[in-house]
Amino acid sequence: MTSSLVSQGDLVLAAEDLSMFGQDPWWLVVIKAVLIFLVLVLLTLFNIWFERRVVARMQHRIGPNVHGPFGLLQSLADGVKLALKEDIIPKAADKAVFLLAPVLSVVPAFLAFAVIPFGPVVDVPFTDDMTTPLQLTDMPVAVLFVLAVASIGIYGIVLGGWSSGSTYSLLGGLRSSAQMISYEVAMGLALVAVFLYAGSMSTSAIVDAQERIWFGLILIPSFVIYVIAMVGETNRAPFDLPEAEGELVGGFHTEYSSLKFALFFLAEYVNMTTVSALATTLFLGGWRAPWPLSAVNDGMFNEGYWPVLWFLSKILLFIFFFIWLRGTLPRLRYDQFMAFGWKRLIPVSLAWIVAVATIRSLSLDGGFDRTYLLGALGVVAVLFLVLFFLGGEEEEEQAEAEERPFDAFAGGYPVPPMPHQVAQARSQSPTVASSTASEGSA
Amino acid sequence: MIGFWLLAPVMVAAALGILFTRKAVHAALLLAVVMIGLAVMYALQDAPFLFAVQIIVYTGAILMLFLFVLMLVGVDASDSVVETIKGQRLMATVVGLLFGAVLVVGVAQVTVGAVTGLDEANAEGNVPALAQLLFSTYVFAFEATSALLITAAIGAMVLAHRERLTPKVGQAERAAQRMRDYVDHGKHLGPLPSPGVYARHNAVDTPALLPDGSAAETSVSRTLTARGTVRSAPALADDVTVLSRQIGHDGRRDGESGTTGNGRDREPGDQA
Repeated sequence: MTSSLVSQGDLVLAAEDLSMFGQDPWWLVVIKAVLIFLVLVLLTLFNIWFERRVVARMQHRIGPNVHGPFGLLQSLADGVKLALKEDIIPKAADKAVFLLAPVLSVVPAFLAFAVIPFGPVVDVPFTDDMTTPLQLTDMPVAVLFVLAVASIGIYGIVLGGWSSGSTYSLLGGLRSSAQMISYEVAMGLALVAVFLYAGSMSTSAIVDAQERIWFGLILIPSFVIYVIAMVGETNRAPFDLPEAEGELVGGFHTEYSSLKFALFFLAEYVNMTTVSALATTLFLGGWRAPWPLSAVNDGMFNEGYWPVLWFLSKILLFIFFFIWLRGTLPRLRYDQFMAFGWKRLIPVSLAWIVAVATIRSLSLDGGFDRTYLLGALGVVAVLFLVLFFLGGEEEEEQAEAEERPFDAFAGGYPVPPMPHQVAQARSQSPTVASSTASEGSA
Repeated sequence: MIGFWLLAPVMVAAALGILFTRKAVHAALLLAVVMIGLAVMYALQDAPFLFAVQIIVYTGAILMLFLFVLMLVGVDASDSVVETIKGQRLMATVVGLLFGAVLVVGVAQVTVGAVTGLDEANAEGNVPALAQLLFSTYVFAFEATSALLITAAIGAMVLAHRERLTPKVGQAERAAQRMRDYVDHGKHLGPLPSPGVYARHNAVDTPALLPDGSAAETSVSRTLTARGTVRSAPALADDVTVLSRQIGHDGRRDGESGTTGNGRDREPGDQA
């Protein structure tokens, strides 16, 4: 399959043209890097406030509304307070690694944004005729670069958990490493379909390939899998098991305080923004304006600095989704969560990739009527779904068949009926209940 | 070239650190430094795909599993310097030297053909060029390697697999078992008492005190009991008394009558 893709290189790879990158003078590169840093830090402050307000609204509260307009300065005040707190290093900690871990967690979070496109090629203000892409850099393997950087970010969490010298932290670190590795597999597989359709792994080329239609629409299964995996990858509710406060106090950051804790916190929110930006770039057309707007005035909204607006709005849409999930869903049990990742997400995405690859290679070779193929695929998909759900039901039926009728004195202890059970008359009470307690029968 | 001379000393230092550091986790971290350095070297030599894959696969997955195992083995397990196999060190040195000799001889024998140059190799782009090679010239080696990897994965699963001989105990079965224990032995149904609640101290290693002043054994984790680090509750109560005397408060010594660890294990279920 892949060889046929390569032999069709001219057709597939027409989009990939990275010649516009690497031409910027050094001061422009510095300005871009500083701007990305600023945007990410400000977005983090905004997201914390946004999360608190939205969750508050979902819980019939008001949320922070005192400091600044609409309480917008609340997170700034919290940040200052956090920085001024006492910095504690536990006696049992491995000092060097303990100090290294938060840095290792926050730096990759920022690094990943270097390859995310904020917009198309624009004129640089205050210069004569200088143009530059609204993106720090790009490379033929930009998306893989994001994955690689994310996998270094895991080290921060794992090492923070290990070096604290505390059982809670260690368990949190182990959990998160297992979780992130598992969900990174599903995430990577979800991206493969996009690579096949875009014919490139560079972010700018992928955005260009979505000029006609967003990949989120034609590759819905990949999109869904990616969205689930990105929640698992960022340790957010309902997948926030590494910091499950009911079981692990705070998970990997139990022993961290002051600025070092702030770095972990910053990393979590920047990571949220990063995966949202990646989802936007790969599935929602990146900086491209949404459909009715994109047609206005010959695509006026897809040029100049307008796209930054669409890009940021799409990111905020994802952030809202994260918050919505947190406000709605309870935390999963750890074994259920891992089983979901390995037994459901990965097999489904593997099957989907095979399907996409087949369609792609056939349509590239040309001259094949795709309706038959889609029909066959539909049948296979239905069969798959039926087996998927029936397989689970059989076990449940067995379990129900084993159940005995309602016993009001199970083991001599009065119990109410379960939801599906019916309470029986007193005369049918079993033998154990022959004591004085039988007065309480249902 | 600047990149090489900047990176190489760091990598060599990290590699030497792997050999001489005592803690296994530190060695693993230094290995990560070497691997990332290697990845950057690939990037410098116009191999961006290899750069990404090196980090994702080696640093991100394999070394992470290493760390995982090391952490489970023990938080501060240092290298043992005791030889478990006789003559291990001598053998390791000999084999290492032999391997080095083979490497030097082998590399010296290699003749490199005409170099086409990176620009030509990457003419179609780095990734397509790699794919072209993998799926044409080296397709057999590629398939054989993947078969080998799958065999290894299945082998690991077979070795680790264990047939379930007894039915799986779920939440409902556990509840039923507790109920049976209550009926047969009068064992308390609810959760175990929490430590220290009646002992004026809420540390996990301080047992709770029963109304008669004796310690409730079940309120302290069995692990702590086995380690022998359980604290005596009445002793702490004495501390409190002394303290309250010092601040001029007339403290009553209500914890005095209790004896620690006398094994009295009162269960609320006993009352019936």
